[in-house]
Amino acid sequence: MSHYGSTKEPLIRIVKRDGLKSWIGWLIRAGAILAALLICALFVFTITKLNPLEVYESMTKGAFGTTRRMWITFQDTALLLCVALGLAPAFKMKFWNIGAEGQILVGGISTAACMIYLGDVLPLWLTIIIMVVASSLSGALWGLIPALFKSKWGTNETLFTLMMNYIAIQLTAFFVALWENPVGSNTVGVINLRTRGGWLPEIGSNRMVSPYVLPVLIVLGLTVFMFFYLRNSKQGYEISIVGDSENTARYAGMNVKKIVLRTMLLSGGICGLAGFINVAGVGHTISTNVAGGRGFTAIIVAWLAKFNSFVMIFVSLLLIFLEKGASQIASDYGLNNEASEIMKGIILFFVLGSEFFINYRVIFRKNKKEEEPNA
Amino acid sequence: MIDSIIQWIQSAVAFGTVIMFGCCGEILTEKSGNLNLGIPGAMYMGGIASLAGAFFYENACLTAGSTPNAILCILIPFLCAFAGGALGGLIFSFLTTTLRANQNVTGLTLTIFGAGLANFFGGSLNKLAGGVGQISISNTSETYRTTVPFVKSTGFFGEIFLSYGFLVYLAIAIAVILSIFLKRTKAGLNLRAVGENPATADAAGINVSKYKYLSTCIGCGIAGLGGLYYVVDYTKGTWNNAGTIETLGWLAVALVIFTTWKPLNAIWGSYLFGFLYWLYLYIGLFGVETTRSTISLIQMLPYLATMLVLILTSIRKKKENQPPESLGLPYFREER
Repeated sequence: MSHYGSTKEPLIRIVKRDGLKSWIGWLIRAGAILAALLICALFVFTITKLNPLEVYESMTKGAFGTTRRMWITFQDTALLLCVALGLAPAFKMKFWNIGAEGQILVGGISTAACMIYLGDVLPLWLTIIIMVVASSLSGALWGLIPALFKSKWGTNETLFTLMMNYIAIQLTAFFVALWENPVGSNTVGVINLRTRGGWLPEIGSNRMVSPYVLPVLIVLGLTVFMFFYLRNSKQGYEISIVGDSENTARYAGMNVKKIVLRTMLLSGGICGLAGFINVAGVGHTISTNVAGGRGFTAIIVAWLAKFNSFVMIFVSLLLIFLEKGASQIASDYGLNNEASEIMKGIILFFVLGSEFFINYRVIFRKNKKEEEPNA
Repeated sequence: MIDSIIQWIQSAVAFGTVIMFGCCGEILTEKSGNLNLGIPGAMYMGGIASLAGAFFYENACLTAGSTPNAILCILIPFLCAFAGGALGGLIFSFLTTTLRANQNVTGLTLTIFGAGLANFFGGSLNKLAGGVGQISISNTSETYRTTVPFVKSTGFFGEIFLSYGFLVYLAIAIAVILSIFLKRTKAGLNLRAVGENPATADAAGINVSKYKYLSTCIGCGIAGLGGLYYVVDYTKGTWNNAGTIETLGWLAVALVIFTTWKPLNAIWGSYLFGFLYWLYLYIGLFGVETTRSTISLIQMLPYLATMLVLILTSIRKKKENQPPESLGLPYFREER
């Protein structure tokens, strides 16, 4: 047809890929991370003029150099992972919960309140149970509020949850001023320093390891739970359907409103629990820095891992490794440790970009001669 | 009393100007259907680019022994800030429009990346260049803060309306121009069509990708100017790692909703946010006694106000107050 011949085929065509084997997908992602690490090395090299391999070695020392450092790295990984586990169901449902910071903070506030008012009064096991319930309830409430407005009026949850973060930060500042100790320091200090009331118990006798064991174990338990919850439970199935298409879910007779509310209760609850671990198990104090940006970084973790909890372990370990490593570089060369944020950004940019090559095929225009032999 | 009211107004205007740039940039971006949560990152990138530009220029002048030229002092940081912000927009557009990545996650990453970049270089630039102590670009900052000469003679009127550097008026001008562009020009109409329904716009022969790229990059460039104003005026030519730009950037994103996507509303809206933000310092004027704990409650107000507007606009569902129809949704021509 003359008409057909006159339209030029575009140089590059993009076609949706179907049924790509999942291991190839993970291979592409791993390649993207490698490429990103290469760029990061280049970046570090231009700044410090040092052999990147040596820098990565010094980073490894910073993260795993001693038994204690290694366990602190594990503990921080667990803290980040915990938030990511909380965010996974919400993000899988395409509910953009960027309010994890706030949910962690309110969980932390209620934990601190329990420690201060009950820690020295009740037996430890009872205090811990109360703290777990209080922190996850308050986190759940913080997550439920935006979900209520979203399901009733379609209020934009991205900005709503974001604003809830700031409300939580100010609320924390309010309680810090209320509980400050010693007066005038504008910090709460270590709560129950002498009596250790309400502190999560240490496990084992090795002082280098014992304080970090329980937080890691709790989060590992949550990881297993979340994996099967999302993959094998009816509720997990409903979450993935609502995430893919609300209309499909409605057509299948699912109560979308109920699913959204229930999932946000769970999501906020786990984030609140992360606040509990943070306050009762790690810092034993409350400040506006308790969440420390984890609420945002955890989004990256959940997204990169495609909501697979076991993959999340590796992603959070990678990010924490970069963080520890970057602060090691920073102290070695007198720079500040924000470099890890840059690296995080670069890695995520690459992996986000790589998704394209997992989902689509790029077809270049074929050579005219071989394409039209019989034209 | 009257002095502190004037002070309040001045700090509200300074605060408002930073977020007005960010807000106008984000309105332009969102009109193309791109929900760019990377605006704080773009502001960071603009801020650090302008700081770096001014720093190297002033250093070069110092070693050459010449006094910095006022015009270059204005021009170099200004272009750097716009380019820095636009670079953030370019990364965002490339990932979301060309590589079809998720807009929310890409935007958040841009914010993390921009913040890291800015805080890293803001903290280390001086050291890397072999200097000691805090980075400072006093010449540039002074040039930017130059006011019209007769302010002193005009009393209260001058102090309230004329006591600012030119960027404050530029922000207002950008808001007005943006409003005219969106409402009265053909390109503005096309842009709105892309944001409302890209498939229809595509069918009408509008190059959707081009509009998305341009509006996002220019929008981020404008947001970068907010970073410039923050560096040269708000913090008077220094850098701190307190993360204030991020807070301001998120408020700018929230302000977009507050203005219901109308740039003219951004003018009074951003100043209102400024008043609310600084209220805790001046609430004594109303005879309210404050302690440190009540101050933290008062500081919630701008965020509460944003939430209230968010809720009210979603409940009332007035047609002219709604976000662009395809906001945050990707557009792939093949997927229809």
